Amino acid sequence: MKRFLRMARIGSEGLKLHPLRSLLTALGIIIGVGTVIYMLAVIEGRGAEIQERIKARGSNNIILRAKKPQDDTKASASRSREVVYGLTYEDARRIHDTFDAVDVLVPVRDVSGSVYSGDARCDTVVMATVPWYLEVSRGSLQHGRWFTDLEMTDASPVTVLGAELARTLFLWKDPVGLSVRVGSKVYGVIGVLESTVTSDERESIKRDRAAYIPLTTVRERFGERNVKTGSGSMDIERVELHEVLLRVKETQDVVPVADAVRTMLRRFHTNEDYEMDVPLALLEEAQRESGKAKQLFGSIAAISLLVGGIGIMNIMLASVTERTREIGIRRALGAMRSDITLQFLVETLILSVAGGAIGIIGGIAAAAIHEQVVDDSTTMVTAMSVVLAFGISALVGVLAGVYPAVRASGMDPIEALRHE
Amino acid sequence: MPAPVLELRGVQRAYSMGDTTVRALDGVDLVIQKGEFVAVMGPSGSGKSTLLNLLGCLDRPDAGQYLLDGQDVATLHDDELSGIRSERLGFIFQSFNLIQSLDVLQNIGLPLVYGGCDPAEAAQRSRALAQRVGLGDRTGHRPMELSGGQQQRVAIARSLSNNPVIILADEPTGNLDTRTGDEIMALLRELHAEGRTIVMVTHEDDIAAKAQRVVTMRDGRVQHDTGIRA
Ligand SMILES: Nc1ncnc2c1ncn2[C@@H]1O[C@H](COP(=O)(O)OP(=O)(O)O)[C@@H](O)[C@H]1O
Ligand SMILES: [Mg+2]
Repeated sequence: MKRFLRMARIGSEGLKLHPLRSLLTALGIIIGVGTVIYMLAVIEGRGAEIQERIKARGSNNIILRAKKPQDDTKASASRSREVVYGLTYEDARRIHDTFDAVDVLVPVRDVSGSVYSGDARCDTVVMATVPWYLEVSRGSLQHGRWFTDLEMTDASPVTVLGAELARTLFLWKDPVGLSVRVGSKVYGVIGVLESTVTSDERESIKRDRAAYIPLTTVRERFGERNVKTGSGSMDIERVELHEVLLRVKETQDVVPVADAVRTMLRRFHTNEDYEMDVPLALLEEAQRESGKAKQLFGSIAAISLLVGGIGIMNIMLASVTERTREIGIRRALGAMRSDITLQFLVETLILSVAGGAIGIIGGIAAAAIHEQVVDDSTTMVTAMSVVLAFGISALVGVLAGVYPAVRASGMDPIEALRHE
Repeated sequence: MPAPVLELRGVQRAYSMGDTTVRALDGVDLVIQKGEFVAVMGPSGSGKSTLLNLLGCLDRPDAGQYLLDGQDVATLHDDELSGIRSERLGFIFQSFNLIQSLDVLQNIGLPLVYGGCDPAEAAQRSRALAQRVGLGDRTGHRPMELSGGQQQRVAIARSLSNNPVIILADEPTGNLDTRTGDEIMALLRELHAEGRTIVMVTHEDDIAAKAQRVVTMRDGRVQHDTGIRA
């Protein structure tokens, strides 16, 4: 061990002699390791981001949304028509009755309308839903309360306001206990939601600006029709439910249930008037994708490390030749073959590990810059990737160092002394 | 009768160059006692350096026997030869053979690195040796910054750092002017006076005259041996 340390010192002193050359020699490793760290940081960061997003939408959720089917009646001269599409109460009932794995089912109906508070007005969406909406939507109340089963049964004129809507209508005043007007009807405000945190920005804005009213109340007061006036035409839409949110009990059941629900709906919907969103499936896809990315970047990094290793070996071979005489002198003065082997091996090892360390720092810096420069990106340098990079650079050092070191120690001392 | 330190019996060493073989040593018999100061002379190519390399355990005979302190070198492993060089031998070369990247002190201490000496003690011993050869104020210099004579003094100090019994010098004054050469010879005589065995190759008569005994080589054989002179 003492001998090892001594040879290590000789090796490191050899490097200090040519700092610039040493740096250039290690450049391949620096770049290779830097790439590993940087790319893993970007991939891991993206993965974490996606996971976060999925968690925000509920990893056990399945979201069904009504979708207006492709307009195949464009040729029709009719200026006014009724389009029927979307999910139905019957769909919701059938899903609820068929799948035991579905824990909670939340139907949502959107009605566009204007909400007033005195003179303040906001054109927005009224979301008609059920008392257990919050169980699935992952929203939470800022204050006040959500509507009760009784209010649902009674079709009470109560509403919970999205954070943004409350601010627009009431500024900083607490709206709970006050009332708003939707169309011609007055509703008592019973609660205000927190701002939504999903990474789907449009969805967040919609939710934050919505007024939530019991489904029964909306059915009673608005009927089943939605009237949209467009440029010179009037579309009447009849949509029973715009969204059905399902929460599955066990995570492992999410994908099979989603498939079964899809199959079931297909039987009752002749055209594609709904879409299904399964956050968990997205997660799996994201994982597959990041696996692929890791493979790709891994091979790029492997190639640059290989090139880096060859570069180091090449320089070390040149250095061994250049220092033939020195080797002869050391041997004549009592160095064993293994001393010489160790000296050059340690020199290579220090070179590559130091290069690795610089590469790690560079990679971390690159990841930090990436986060600043690229909008909406997070990067994550894991301890795992640092250990991996360090291990790889040490391995490259040993592999690249063995041959030059053995060549150096295999020299005949007399020949070496006669060199030049 | 003192015991022989170095004993060669019918030693042969040939170099093959393509299809010709050069018999660098062609049956050398030589016995050197402890404490002798021997000069090896002879024309260029007569095998002096080959002989010295053999004595220095850098090489092994093709045939014949080389006994160092009574031990047959042929039976020793490469690492054991390194050990002998590290513990018992000191080398001085014509071209100094200092390591350019190391300073004077580090060059002097180099054999101690391989002798397993404690670094602090090595530094202390090296400094004392630098002083002894008159380079106490140059310890931090690189070999390039020294004159030839000074470099050879560093080499002599280096050869002494492991306190060897035998000093082997291959034309130590060959690259020096007469005056500097004389200074180096004075140093070697001092070492001899301390009781060390010295074998020195030279082709200068006046240098050889300062040794106790002159062995003359020719065509790989010992042609003439003066024996110990007073
Ligand atoms: N490594 C070698 N390869 C081939 N021939 C060599 C080698 N070393 C020495 N010789 C030959 O051996 C002979 C003796 O060389 P050497 O011992 O160096 O002579 P000296 O030192 O007396 O001038 C010379 O003819 C030389 O050319
Ligand atoms: Mg010679």
